[in-house]
Amino acid sequence: MIGRLFFLICFLMATFAPLAVLAQSTDPKLVPDVSQRKISIESSFTGANLLLFGAIIYPRGVAPEGEIDVAVVLRGPSQAITLREKQRILGIWVNADSHEFLSVPGYYAVASSRPLKKIVKPRTADIYELGVDRLQLSPSGSFESKNKRRFEAGLVDLNKRGGLFRQYNNRVEITDSVLYRARLYVPSSVPVGRYTAETLLIRNGQVIMADDSVEIEVRKAGFERLVTVLADRYSLIYGILAVIISVLFGWIAALIFQRV
Amino acid sequence: MDVYLPIANLSVDAFVIILLGGLVGILSGMFGVGGGFMTTPLLIFYGIPPTVAAASASTQVTGASVSGVFAHMKRGGVDFQMGGVLVIGGLFGTVIGAGLFSLLQELGQIDTVINILYVLMLGGVGGFMAWESWQSVTAVRNGRPAGAKKRRHHPLVANLPYRWRFYRSGLYISPLAPLILGFLTGILTMLLGVGGGFIMVPAMLYLLGMGAQVVVGTSLFQILFVTISSTMMHSLTTKSVDIVLAVLMLFGSVTGAQIGARIAQRMRPEYLRALLAGIVLLVAIRMALGLGWQPDEIYTVQPL
Repeated sequence: MIGRLFFLICFLMATFAPLAVLAQSTDPKLVPDVSQRKISIESSFTGANLLLFGAIIYPRGVAPEGEIDVAVVLRGPSQAITLREKQRILGIWVNADSHEFLSVPGYYAVASSRPLKKIVKPRTADIYELGVDRLQLSPSGSFESKNKRRFEAGLVDLNKRGGLFRQYNNRVEITDSVLYRARLYVPSSVPVGRYTAETLLIRNGQVIMADDSVEIEVRKAGFERLVTVLADRYSLIYGILAVIISVLFGWIAALIFQRV
Repeated sequence: MDVYLPIANLSVDAFVIILLGGLVGILSGMFGVGGGFMTTPLLIFYGIPPTVAAASASTQVTGASVSGVFAHMKRGGVDFQMGGVLVIGGLFGTVIGAGLFSLLQELGQIDTVINILYVLMLGGVGGFMAWESWQSVTAVRNGRPAGAKKRRHHPLVANLPYRWRFYRSGLYISPLAPLILGFLTGILTMLLGVGGGFIMVPAMLYLLGMGAQVVVGTSLFQILFVTISSTMMHSLTTKSVDIVLAVLMLFGSVTGAQIGARIAQRMRPEYLRALLAGIVLLVAIRMALGLGWQPDEIYTVQPL
């Protein structure tokens, strides 16, 4: 499959490169794509591998001197959350403190051709939210900065271990400074919604081009979708169905075992 | 075989869940309890979110208690009048329980409350059962048959007004006593996902003083309707009933229950009760220790 993609990219290149020359722009252009635009969550879903790839088109078709780097970011829909912290009180661990964060991505993965620290300055990383520790989580309300850092670190750590925040250094492969590709893993516990894939072209510590036009739709399909929609929108019917199913199940089982 | 749970939003190994259900089923077949008190902690331990675990466990207990209710009905082991009063109390209990659940969830204390309730109840009931079965086991050892218990209801119960006759239970007591008992178990069912049999049976025997021949059947009758009500309440409020999870658990538990029932026939009832007491106490001690140990996750996320 990779071979075919490679062929496709070469074909695209051959088609687009002359156009770029005609445009006479000085900035390079990005032509990003992804191996699938839709991820369907069905009963056998255990996660998905996504291939983010594309081509860099340079003005006049010539790659400039110096090393270039590529970072790709895949980001799920953001949501507002309350983060609770347990502390030991009277010998038992209870939720003692909590803070709200208004924009926490449900999924965030970043891959880069070299470790992010080596290719972008901290401020640039902050602006483009490059790196799991650079996310703008929008904490709300008053916050002591010491507490804020502790809570943010706790949230990031929780999501990292849950597989929802991922950072891959050296995961983007660049061929001849023109083609790039990165494989990202999406675990089964991801939220549904519209995901965006952003590709950033980096040189001399600066982001010289960014493209976030690629979107991926993660949705439940078939039976899983039916169950979720029923439970969410037709709760009464769902509850009645759940009761009927479990009563029938118990009853049929009783009949079967009586025979045996 | 991996199966995606649509409400819990994660993929689990179906065989592990069926095995968990089987384990709980064996216990419920052996001891005549629903086994919900094992289901919820085991599911949480496996990584299912606590709310989904409690909600789906109550759905599973519904299915697991159906066959028991039929079996006891055939033998005339259900006091429908008493059962009816208990169920009415239980329905109110689930409604109040649902309110408590949302309130505690908002305060962020639902997990701690669930854990402390488990420790208190399992510890109390387990300790009581252990003491009681120790006495009957030593009595059997010494060659004396365990003397027939003097069947009397608790003085508190005897003092309540408006007495009714419950013929099948052989009681002349105020319906307020079973109403309150049903109400309290209803709250527990909603909060913990347990049927409440392990509370209900001792309470019926030692508080109400019901005849032993109708205790298990009537308790199962109550459990059936109260878990139905709690499944409905969870569907409407927390939206956390995962039917796929419940059905997987049921596969295991209905099979396990048959195995458990066969084991039970070969064991002396005194030892059986002592064993149940031991298991209940173990779960209680494990959960009590869990309160004091540093949890794996200090931070928890709740969507706004």
